[in-house]
Amino acid sequence: MGKPLKCDLCDASATVHLTQIINNQIHKIDLCESCAEEKGITDPNGYSLADLLVKPEEETEELSLSLDAAEECPECGYTQKDFKKTGRLGCEHCYNTFGPLLSPALAGMHKGDSHKGKVPERAVERKTFEDRLIALEKDLKQAIQQEHYEEAARYRDEILELKKALEAEELA
Amino acid sequence: MLIKSIFGGKSEMTVGSAKKCPVVLMTRIRLARNLSETPFPGWAKTPQRTQILEKCLPAVASLSQMKRGITAEVEELSDLEKQILVERHLISRELSGSPEKAGVVISKDQSVSVMINEEDHLRIQVIKSGYRFKQAWNSVNGVDSALEDELDYAFSSQIGFLTACPTNVGTGMRASAMMHLPALIISNQMEKVVRAVNQLGIAVRGLFGEGSDASGSIFQISNQTTLGESEEEIIKRLSSVLKTIIDQEMNAREKILEKDPNKLFDKIGRAYGILQNSHLLSSSECMNLASLVRFGVDLEMFPEATRNTVDRMFIECQPGHIQYHAGKSIDTDERDAYRSEYLRKQFENVDKPVFSIHTDESDEESENAESSENDKE
Repeated sequence: MGKPLKCDLCDASATVHLTQIINNQIHKIDLCESCAEEKGITDPNGYSLADLLVKPEEETEELSLSLDAAEECPECGYTQKDFKKTGRLGCEHCYNTFGPLLSPALAGMHKGDSHKGKVPERAVERKTFEDRLIALEKDLKQAIQQEHYEEAARYRDEILELKKALEAEELA
Repeated sequence: MLIKSIFGGKSEMTVGSAKKCPVVLMTRIRLARNLSETPFPGWAKTPQRTQILEKCLPAVASLSQMKRGITAEVEELSDLEKQILVERHLISRELSGSPEKAGVVISKDQSVSVMINEEDHLRIQVIKSGYRFKQAWNSVNGVDSALEDELDYAFSSQIGFLTACPTNVGTGMRASAMMHLPALIISNQMEKVVRAVNQLGIAVRGLFGEGSDASGSIFQISNQTTLGESEEEIIKRLSSVLKTIIDQEMNAREKILEKDPNKLFDKIGRAYGILQNSHLLSSSECMNLASLVRFGVDLEMFPEATRNTVDRMFIECQPGHIQYHAGKSIDTDERDAYRSEYLRKQFENVDKPVFSIHTDESDEESENAESSENDKE
């Protein structure tokens, strides 16, 4: 506490000090009055450290490491900010989107970080199907790029068959 | 219509069975489930919520477990109906306040209820009277598996069932027991117990969940974590904590009887007197009186049949139920008058308490509950 702190964004002396705890890690920020005002930090409750610092122009290496989860879920449009506000997620894909943010928290709030309980048969079956599809589509793309057309045709047929099976399963 | 069927049928909550036991009033397990490729209810737009409801409601209603049960959209329910369902633990407060496109399906015996578009797409719940986790799990697991045949669940092999709130991810299971702990309250030990239990990852709440008070000395005790352990492991861990709490409660009861029986007899005797003679009773006073009478039943001061009356009162003295029995909308004061009248009738034929400490284990009718008298030691 000896020397006066400098603003994290410009070099003026800092008079606004903010501390937030995210995933049990303390994040501190010091700002001068004008930068604070510019960022709209009048009410500390209405603002999140991450939102301020993760903006591209201010992004530093250190911070992008700790917060490299996407800002917004590409599947449902839910944002990190929404999550921090409600503590809930927007859709199942948010678990992937905000994975880097969530994983350490999950381990902290539960007895472990992997599922040991009931496994739903259908969901798993579908997942295996889908994983296989994704792999095949990748192979197909590669085969086309490399101009291995015979191979590509084989992949294409396999994909069609899988899709048919998936549809039949869904209709059943 | 709905209310009639709620009160007409026999309910797991209010009908006595041989499975009743001294400390655990009822056992409950709920599973949180979501459909894949659909936003969670809190983030879904109205058309999506409609789709979810239209998909889930018939799927749930057509389960064999739901035969001749009740199916309703929340919007169709009156405020009183919603309140009664909340008081019976059949829907949550969150669902009853749900803005749109939410639904519920309740089995005929009211032991299974499935909420749609609550915090998650599906909240499957089973209630059993007494201390019966095994039966509750078998039942809820059966409903879940049957539903999985019809619906595609959001599931990750790494972190299990995906839920709107990360605190439920994994098994999506919350198992809880409603415990009646009058001696721990009387001897001021409850706070200590809550603190110890919290450290073990077990949560303690009031009868009506988050934020509700502890009137009637009834507590809801449940697991807090859902990931990293199997359902069986979670229930086993919870059960061992519950067993310890039962032991603590039983010890506290013995101590009270040893140290100052008159103080306890006085409380129980007065409770009996008030229930038979009062003319104004609030629901929380009623809960506390019923709690003392239940304590009396455990001590064999009242006949065993009284236990059922008391357990019913825990639910039927709630405001919504009083209103229903009154047959019209009444304000708080009138409710208190009506409630006391209702209770005078209920306790009219209950015999005077026998004030002697019962020691010999004579003709116990049936003691096949999982936990019981044997734990007294």
